[in-house]
Amino acid sequence: MDINEIKIVSGTDKNGNSESVEELTIRKGDILVLAGPTGSGKSLLLSDIEQLANGDSPSGRRVLVDNKVMDPFSMRITACLSQNMHFVMDLDVGSFIGLHAKSRKIETNNTVEKVLKQANDLAGEPLSADMHLASLSGGQSRALMISDAALISNAPVVLIDEIENAGINKTMGIQLLSTEGKMVLIATHDPTLMLTAQKRIIMKNGAMFRLIQSDDVERKHLKYFLEIDRVLEGFRHSLRHGNRLDEETLKRLVELEGANHEQ
Amino acid sequence: MKFITVAGPPSSGKTLVIIHLIRLLKDDYLKVVVGKIDCHETADGTLFKERLRIPVVVGRSDYVCPDHYGVVNAEEIFKFGESHDADITIVETAGLCHRCAPAIIGCMAIAVVDNVSGIDTPRKIGPMLTTADVVVITKGDMVSQAEREVFRSNVLEVNPDAKTVELNGLTGMGSLNLKRVVLDAPDIDTLTGMELRHDMPAAVCSYCEGETKIGSDYQMGNIIKMDVKEVENGYQ
Repeated sequence: MDINEIKIVSGTDKNGNSESVEELTIRKGDILVLAGPTGSGKSLLLSDIEQLANGDSPSGRRVLVDNKVMDPFSMRITACLSQNMHFVMDLDVGSFIGLHAKSRKIETNNTVEKVLKQANDLAGEPLSADMHLASLSGGQSRALMISDAALISNAPVVLIDEIENAGINKTMGIQLLSTEGKMVLIATHDPTLMLTAQKRIIMKNGAMFRLIQSDDVERKHLKYFLEIDRVLEGFRHSLRHGNRLDEETLKRLVELEGANHEQ
Repeated sequence: MKFITVAGPPSSGKTLVIIHLIRLLKDDYLKVVVGKIDCHETADGTLFKERLRIPVVVGRSDYVCPDHYGVVNAEEIFKFGESHDADITIVETAGLCHRCAPAIIGCMAIAVVDNVSGIDTPRKIGPMLTTADVVVITKGDMVSQAEREVFRSNVLEVNPDAKTVELNGLTGMGSLNLKRVVLDAPDIDTLTGMELRHDMPAAVCSYCEGETKIGSDYQMGNIIKMDVKEVENGYQ
């Protein structure tokens, strides 16, 4: 089924007051970040979307699919990438992709190759069809899950719950889902990830509190965030491989800070 | 009154599924009672009472088959519901063996299975799953999206008409969908004369009557002996 947009018509917060964001529309290819403190209502919003709430959930929200109320049992609207990074299936990677494709009645020949190729683009360490699912590292599993959700799963919405830095290129993973036409919803506390999205919705006391459109000034911040991430990633890599930090690395950090001040 | 059976393998999450469901039903001001069947001691009765403050009746099947025991006492549980003016009576079965199913023609039947039990489980558990109107799939948070989709497709392969509901027993995510189907369950006036969807296993051998020794000499009654043959390959 081809779905172009999902509209969330607002309900009420935990005290029964109307939400300040009245309506939220998510279109094909949109990347939307969901942020807010613990207990602010992120999970309930995700649950409303997943079950196509129709005024019958605690929030009173209504979720319209292409402007219509849809039977929640006619199809699964969401795929979910959670923090879980392991498979429980006892299979090799190739058969696993084939099995998933078969369950979706997709022709399997090129699918395995396509999913593998994408997963390899995302993962730091290469993975192949004959590897066993249980032997994959966290990063490899995560890369395979994203690639598989983008290419095989038919759910139009992908919910991502706090994607970890597990040796994969997370911004690239999110971009892949978006270009495959998914509506991507990311619940996160990570500032870099928040600015990767064009829009973010801030939750407060169970309500959609503020919808913020990212602008040029924010984009400029992103550049520095990414640079900080890259530097940290370099240190992570170095420390993991047994190196020590010394005067030399410290000097580079100080220089970097100076350079940032001048810009 | 609606009379609803809930079956499923041990530890699949039946009790938590029922608790999340009843919470939502109570929010709609519906009166729900629970009949819980178990073999041995069970604390689930008090669990329902403490968490939901609803009338609960617990039956222990002791030395008889819990599924036989459940059917034998279905009318009694139905009457318990009526005596409390319930809108819905939910029976949670012990759900131990996979030979039969508690589903009743004309009453809603729910089966609970979990994602972690393995992707072949839907093919293995038989009538409990195939006779259900609604299949609740739990523990989705412990597997990947692909595994969830394959599991669900395997459920629909053995029971194409079932409505599937994915429900997280820890957070309750998914219970809204379960509530929606339960509200559509048929109402009935009496169970007397209604029929099971699947027959119960014969349980009339010497072991049913307390025999404990092993060996052909001690076996009497309705006995089926295995045809001991090595498996060649494939699914049997």
